[in-house]
Amino acid sequence: MIDLLNIGLVTLILGLAVWAIVAREDFAAVVGFIAYGLLLTLAWVQLHGIDVALTEAAIGGGLTGVLLIGAVAHLRGSAAAVSAEPTSTPVRWLAAGVTATVSGALVICVLALPNPAPTLAHHVADNIADTGVGNPITAVLLAFRSMDTLLEAIVLLFALLGVWSLASDKSWGGRPGPQPQSDPNGILAYAARVLPPLGIIVGTYIFWVGADHPGGKFQGATILAAMWLLVMMAGLIDAPPISRTWLRVGLVAGPLLFIAIGLAGVLTADAFLSYPQGLAKPLIVAIELALLPSLTLVLGLLLLGAPRRGVQS
Amino acid sequence: MNAATLFGLCAALLVGLGLFGLIVSSHPLRKILAFNVLGSGVFLLCGAIARRGAAAGMGGDPVPQALLITGIVVAFSATALAVALLLRLFAVTGSVTLANEAPAAAPVSPQAPPQAPPGEV
Repeated sequence: MIDLLNIGLVTLILGLAVWAIVAREDFAAVVGFIAYGLLLTLAWVQLHGIDVALTEAAIGGGLTGVLLIGAVAHLRGSAAAVSAEPTSTPVRWLAAGVTATVSGALVICVLALPNPAPTLAHHVADNIADTGVGNPITAVLLAFRSMDTLLEAIVLLFALLGVWSLASDKSWGGRPGPQPQSDPNGILAYAARVLPPLGIIVGTYIFWVGADHPGGKFQGATILAAMWLLVMMAGLIDAPPISRTWLRVGLVAGPLLFIAIGLAGVLTADAFLSYPQGLAKPLIVAIELALLPSLTLVLGLLLLGAPRRGVQS
Repeated sequence: MNAATLFGLCAALLVGLGLFGLIVSSHPLRKILAFNVLGSGVFLLCGAIARRGAAAGMGGDPVPQALLITGIVVAFSATALAVALLLRLFAVTGSVTLANEAPAAAPVSPQAPPQAPPGEV
């Protein structure tokens, strides 16, 4: 029964992936990709990666999908300039050959994986008590491999800097996104008033429960960012100009506190990013609490893109 | 065949599909889309390997699973940067072609910097 379900799931995932690649219309391809992301979430559940499933649903399918739909809407009318340069048939065959070789090699690797599989689960299980958190994923993200999480938060900031730096000179420091057009009686404005209280509760809950159960700051921050974006898309508030001091302080506050706690670890424990005995849980919660608003801001602003309107307009 | 192997094979095919789209799509947006299919295939492959490492009462090896969460977030930030680059290209040239020849369309924005000579991009 479960095997039939998995085979059906795999068939649908592959079919939607083909659709996202070959569909003629860009919009149809992006919609296919979003459905693909949601089905991939089910695949993650089948693979017992609930935390990854939450991330895939929120970021892989949700945020990436919105980003691509926004780009399609922006690029409407540019298709003519592109269709003049189709890929030649020999290149297509060559690409098919290369692709088949890569996939074939991966299939052989999958079938030849060692048995029993190597695993670090025992190490995590032996040491998780020292961190005070119950969710092994959170323990890995914020204790055993916290350097990765720190660098990831910084990569997000660098990506945002890269996006911002693509603004034209006259709109530097201005507001990203289109001019808000509000229909105060429209269904979007209604949803933007009704949903955020629920979304903020759900996002905060997913953040908080992440210490002991699947969830965490990335998934929670994505939901909070989605609520922020919804209110902006409905035109109830405008995007903040990127030159605002509070915005910039908010963006770097989380990573800076993370680095500060990491440096304190050199003095109080024995290494960068290590926590003193017994203080691991409060410090982990403090880092997550500081990262949550920073991640919310950075995810929302990445989606809004480069500033397009000057400070005056 | 267990679930890990089944999804591992699915991931191998997804990597191939994404790679194919990345090479043959002429529209940069479709290349970004294909890049994401390729990336999610790699993630799923790692997820299948993590599932095989289930031990100590956990459904999968938590170390690769945690790194996958990092990977998904970083892939999103790279996608956002790529889309921003694409929109900037469109704003400056009025076209989204990646061909070497500069498109005939005149710059749309008066603020546009001088066009780089072909081949320098």
